[in-house]
Amino acid sequence: MVYLSPVLALVLSLLAGVVLFYIMGVSPLAALHAFFIEPLSTGYGLAELGVKATPLVLIGVALALGFKAGVWNIGAEGQLTMGALCGSLVALYFYDQDGFYILPLMLIAGVLGGMAWAAIVAFLRVRFNANEILTSLMLSYVAGLFLNLMVHGPLKDPEGFNFPESRQFSESALLPIILDGTRLHVGAVIALLVVAWGWMILSRTLLGYQIKVAGSAPEACEHAGFSFSGIIWTTLLLSGGVAGLAGIIEVSGPIGQLLPNISPGYGFTAIIVAYVGRLHPIGVLFAGILLALTYLGGETAQIQLNLPVAVTGVFQGLLLFFLLASDVLIRYRVQFGKARLAVENK
Amino acid sequence: MNENSPYLIELRGMTKTFPGVLANDGVDLKIKPGEIHALLGENGAGKSTLVKMIYGILKPDAGTIFFNGRQVEIDSPAQARDLGIAMVFQHFSLFDSLSVVENISLGMKKAVKLDKLAGEITEISRRYGLPLDPNRHVYTLSVGERQRIEIIRCLLQEPQLLVMDEPTSVLTPQEVKKLFSTLNRLADEGLAILYISHKLDEIKALCHHATILRLGRRVARVNIDTESTSSLAMMMMGEELEKIERPPKATAGEVRLKVTKLDMPAADSTGISLTDIHLEVRAGEIVGIAGVAGNGQDELLRALNGEESCQSGGCIIIENLHSGKLGPNARRKAGLASVPEKRLGHGAIPDMDLVDNAFMTGFQRMGLLARGLINYPKTRNFAHKVIADFSVKTSGSGVPANSLSGGNLQKFIIGRELTQQPDILIVSQPTWGVDAGATQTIRKSLRRLADKGAAVLIISQDLDELMEMSDRIGAICGGRLSPFYPTTEMTVEKVGMLMAGVTLEKGDGNVAPLG
Repeated sequence: MVYLSPVLALVLSLLAGVVLFYIMGVSPLAALHAFFIEPLSTGYGLAELGVKATPLVLIGVALALGFKAGVWNIGAEGQLTMGALCGSLVALYFYDQDGFYILPLMLIAGVLGGMAWAAIVAFLRVRFNANEILTSLMLSYVAGLFLNLMVHGPLKDPEGFNFPESRQFSESALLPIILDGTRLHVGAVIALLVVAWGWMILSRTLLGYQIKVAGSAPEACEHAGFSFSGIIWTTLLLSGGVAGLAGIIEVSGPIGQLLPNISPGYGFTAIIVAYVGRLHPIGVLFAGILLALTYLGGETAQIQLNLPVAVTGVFQGLLLFFLLASDVLIRYRVQFGKARLAVENK
Repeated sequence: MNENSPYLIELRGMTKTFPGVLANDGVDLKIKPGEIHALLGENGAGKSTLVKMIYGILKPDAGTIFFNGRQVEIDSPAQARDLGIAMVFQHFSLFDSLSVVENISLGMKKAVKLDKLAGEITEISRRYGLPLDPNRHVYTLSVGERQRIEIIRCLLQEPQLLVMDEPTSVLTPQEVKKLFSTLNRLADEGLAILYISHKLDEIKALCHHATILRLGRRVARVNIDTESTSSLAMMMMGEELEKIERPPKATAGEVRLKVTKLDMPAADSTGISLTDIHLEVRAGEIVGIAGVAGNGQDELLRALNGEESCQSGGCIIIENLHSGKLGPNARRKAGLASVPEKRLGHGAIPDMDLVDNAFMTGFQRMGLLARGLINYPKTRNFAHKVIADFSVKTSGSGVPANSLSGGNLQKFIIGRELTQQPDILIVSQPTWGVDAGATQTIRKSLRRLADKGAAVLIISQDLDELMEMSDRIGAICGGRLSPFYPTTEMTVEKVGMLMAGVTLEKGDGNVAPLG
């Protein structure tokens, strides 16, 4: 049943989508076709799917590790931004040079940037017991504004006619394309490796075991002698690092320079990805592809049917709501008329 | 008791099958109003299944239930409560973050004012000798105190039939006495009580009749007055209980665990602070710590196994190693194993399988980890060995820990620690809620471990168990540990005094502190 719930949620979201399109005066069939079939009908479309799925899968796997331990890092968007920024600093420092070492340095800087941003969250949680849901979310907005500041200021392209953009990255700072004529880049392969890595961690390693125990029975975790603070630090650094990696992959792959907006909310959508994927790396892979489709479908629907771009967000939200509802209703039965609140407040 | 009165509840031919198991096979059960009826049987005999059918949690495959002479179908616990059936479970269903009165109000059918309910709780708790502060939060309470909430919650419903699953395991002898007089009074008032217990002495002292189950069948319905404890045990197990042999004289060897001047402030305002704890456990001996629930037992276990580290390294010495600052893993490596009181969620991970649970504390000493990777074939073998050696009744090692009954899970947890051959073992409540057969297995294996030269420390609220098992005995009261005395020189009354924090005078039964 646990694995059926995402399928059920998807079907329900589609049904709700039909109603939604009908109300908006669009033929539901045409809309669904534009949303879910059209993007997959060409090779280029499939490659685009991979491009969009890459950051979602990367971050989804990393978040799943944290969520399993009961560490609710919902600020992957901020970690992605800081990763992108730090990685880009390397790229821009070497803007007039070529070299095989530039790209690896950028990726490492991206990982470190994401980690550093997540480390703030970990420190506040472990030292002051500050709720990581709040701190990580708030730091996301800080990161977004900081990126804005940088591309409007110090990192602005000197020859860019005052547009808030950085220089274009040099050839050595761009991720190689793996499919000619498309934008599908090496990042997709890295995402697959991270899926395998996450799977390995969770199913075979002591760290994965500790993560699972910490999430499901904190007292047993103490009894076994695993440090909960250690697990908070580890999972936050891992998820921050991978989110940062996703960020630098995004700018050195499809984008190629720093912009004020580098992500259409990948860090937040990845939360849905992690849950739809049942916090399992392989599940996250499929869920990442599904959610990537909603981005592509939203674009197609915008072009073909003049639907607002918000449809993507609505679809993602519906999916998460239906998933959470299915999870609850699979476990609990609704009874009408019997249960009443037993407490009368004074 | 009026022999001609119709039965309050009568079950006929109750049958329930689970995949691969016939849990109940045509079981009959009859209880009159005012009767205290024992339901006896080993783990897996089908007691829980039968009780769950009475309480509307399980639907029987066949069989009929008559209540007050009327045939009824009990589809849900709510319906059972409407009929007048109340139940005290072995596993409690309480919200940790709510107060006692809030928890009880959640189970009420009608809306009530909290302060009025608090008054009723205080009233009932006073009348039946179940001291409980309605405004304390559940997470600050011990198992014993939590159970009182459940009992009071049931009594507030004014039921006709009260089902009690192992109610006395966590009470002191004095409390048990009080509870029994409570139960007797309730029975005199006409309440029927279905009493599930493995403690034959208690059943003998309290109950009027008993229904005995073995392997899902009813083997006998007997009048308690005409049976002895050993004949009851024989019917239950199909074999005679062996008495544990106490070695002629404890051959205490060198000191393996030494605790000096351990102080540990309480983690929160309602926890218990440990004060000036001195303790020595020698090779080959079993030391018992008695005490009323919630007097620092849990804190002591956490301090000893390293879940909380103490003020200096020297205050806890394991095998000459200063361990006060070491964590549980380092202490385990040094040879100290422990079994906490709470099995699900502390000693075991409820929703992970037995293989993963075997790994939980065994990975170091059993070498289940190679270069950061879990060696699953080896872990599986370890789990299978524990299951086989300690006859844990389970369909396999792949089932989650929370699917095992309390006794079987305890056999698994103790087996997991014993298989690692620790030099020091600390067990809290080793046989709480465990049936007679498993209790026997567990006690024998603890004794065998001590005989092999390990130091064993038992923290228990079951005084009979401590009197039977330990070579030296003391008590914990308000976070302070009494001196220890040889068990042979002690009586239940004297330990009772220690449990109440009274110091024994030198002349008080010519016992001198030892160790």
